Amino acid sequence: MDIISLLQLVVSSALMYSAPLILTALGGTFSERSGIVNVGLEGIMVIGAFSSVVFNLSFAGQFGDWTPWIGMVVGGLFGLIFSIIHAVATVNLRADHIISGTVINLLAPALAIFLTRVMYEGRGQTDFIAENFGIADVPLLVDIPVIGDIFFDNTYLPAFFGIFVAVLSWFILFKTRFGLRLRAVGEHPQAADTLGISVYGIKYAGVLMSGLLGGMGGAIQAQLISSQFAATTIAGQGFMAMAAMIFGKWNPLGAMGAAIFFGLAQSLAVTGAYIPVINTVPSVFLDIAPYVITIVVLVGVIGKSEGPAANGVTYIKSK
Amino acid sequence: MLSENKKTLTNLMVPLLSVVLGLILGAVIMLGFGYDPIAGYQSMLKGALGSPFYIGETLRYASPLIIIGLGFSVANSAGFFNIGLSGQALMGWLISVWVAISLPDASAFVVLPLSVLAGILAGAVWAGIAGVLRAYFGTSEVIITIMLNYTALHLTNYLIRNVLTDSSDATSRIPEQASLRMDWLSQLAGGSRINAGVFIAIAVTILVWVFMTKTTMGYEIRAVGLNSFAAQYAGMNAKRNIILSMLISGGLAGLGGVLEGLGTFSNIFVQAGIPNIGFDGLAVALLGLSHPIGIVFSGLLFAMLKIGGASMPLGSGVPTEVVDIVIASIIFFVGANYLIRFFMKKFSRGKDVKGGVE
Repeated sequence: MDIISLLQLVVSSALMYSAPLILTALGGTFSERSGIVNVGLEGIMVIGAFSSVVFNLSFAGQFGDWTPWIGMVVGGLFGLIFSIIHAVATVNLRADHIISGTVINLLAPALAIFLTRVMYEGRGQTDFIAENFGIADVPLLVDIPVIGDIFFDNTYLPAFFGIFVAVLSWFILFKTRFGLRLRAVGEHPQAADTLGISVYGIKYAGVLMSGLLGGMGGAIQAQLISSQFAATTIAGQGFMAMAAMIFGKWNPLGAMGAAIFFGLAQSLAVTGAYIPVINTVPSVFLDIAPYVITIVVLVGVIGKSEGPAANGVTYIKSK
Repeated sequence: MLSENKKTLTNLMVPLLSVVLGLILGAVIMLGFGYDPIAGYQSMLKGALGSPFYIGETLRYASPLIIIGLGFSVANSAGFFNIGLSGQALMGWLISVWVAISLPDASAFVVLPLSVLAGILAGAVWAGIAGVLRAYFGTSEVIITIMLNYTALHLTNYLIRNVLTDSSDATSRIPEQASLRMDWLSQLAGGSRINAGVFIAIAVTILVWVFMTKTTMGYEIRAVGLNSFAAQYAGMNAKRNIILSMLISGGLAGLGGVLEGLGTFSNIFVQAGIPNIGFDGLAVALLGLSHPIGIVFSGLLFAMLKIGGASMPLGSGVPTEVVDIVIASIIFFVGANYLIRFFMKKFSRGKDVKGGVE
């Protein structure tokens, strides 16, 4: 295998694994920036994956090539609806954020497999979908010599969509009035409240955005990587996305970078066999790398990672 | 005194009402999808308690749940949310089986205590990492233990495939001497997989209760949980208590894993995801309000739901996942107990006004 096609393989498979992580990590960023810890990203991804696969199986005939993209939006919408549970529990019912997130993670797979059994004659997994995201070239950019061959040829478009959303999220969070309010609520809700910002409304927005983006992440995982829905379709990606958010220091661009890095580690566990040096490393080191690196970052060995000040604290208005 | 009683009553009503609401929600879902909820719950009850075999299986399932739930409660008393019970249980399971199959010829008096202790130690070390990092670096134990869950998962699968076996997905069975199975008990329970874990669970419940309420160490752990600054001011070593509570919590989770390895399965196999037992144990502790007696009852309830739920598809055609939905919603109501307390307060205030009190 020559060096260009080797690099092409490494880059494209890293992008494939990172695509669901990017969007979900961005979702987590919005939620936690508003002060709501969301350990339920995993469950939200399950709902997104399930609903997108059901949509894909039902409407592939009508929408053809566009099915996975519309499926991604459908997954996002159902993720958003599902995340309302977390918003109501943490904002209105004053539930502990971790407990509520754990409920989301317990409820989502149970509900999704239950509905799969109801809809597909009692089976615990769906058929394989007909319309996958598949491999494509990025238009225009693919014509750049060498770089185009490595980065934009025969690659996975959802990852580029994720990168676009990351840039957009960075803009929203740091350059718009809404973003400033979101961050203010996450840092000091009392102060934000005093200035007339609707703290509850902003917190709802943060959680629902994590539902939308997490659902889209789950839909990408299902329609790009596993091509069906089963109990094992989402196996830890939500937590890995959470790790990416922390590694990226609650910054959309940082979260995106961390997600791509974690995607690379995951893909090297698969494609590493073709690469000299890497193929001598036991795959377990690549598997645990994202988690161990996150611990190291949190401890402060690679620059301390500090979250929003009022993250995880329930805000009670009249207090 | 009277208001004290009233408070205890409210505290007890929260889990009870949560269970009732969870079961009602399960029934509504069954109705909504065209299943018969009465037949569903009937087949569940029959599948949980209908014969000595099912009772044995329910008790077998409840034992590690109770132990892991107690583990959660110890860390919770010190103010920590140990969400890494699954990883700690998995490490306990792995190490206990590893020790057991490495000593095929040792007598039961050597291999059994050795593998049980090794499993407890493995869980304690895995949780201890989070405890030490929390005590000395102030890092969130929630995130560290989540990361350690997945580290444990990949590590365990790798060791099973590459070290314990020659690229096989399951280890060989542990030697007979290392097993927690008791023939008379299994026969009594119609050949179920019930084992000495039941007695271990009873013993651990009593030990944890005594430790937390009757010893200085337990008192200090609770004091740190209630107000770590006050505890420190009173001369207690907060760092030591943080680490201690996480070690005990992880050790108990590891013991739960030991019961799976040496009791239920007699080996360890490659896991597709984080074992559910840790999260179920966490749910048990939350429903049991982190009190030993509450945990025993909620552990038995969840075991009934889980074991009974497995009989629902055959008995009534209802998918077994309904019980997981019920469990999740019970924990939702416990977590969102503000809702239940709010309505109970409204209800009792209405009564008080009628009686002319206040």
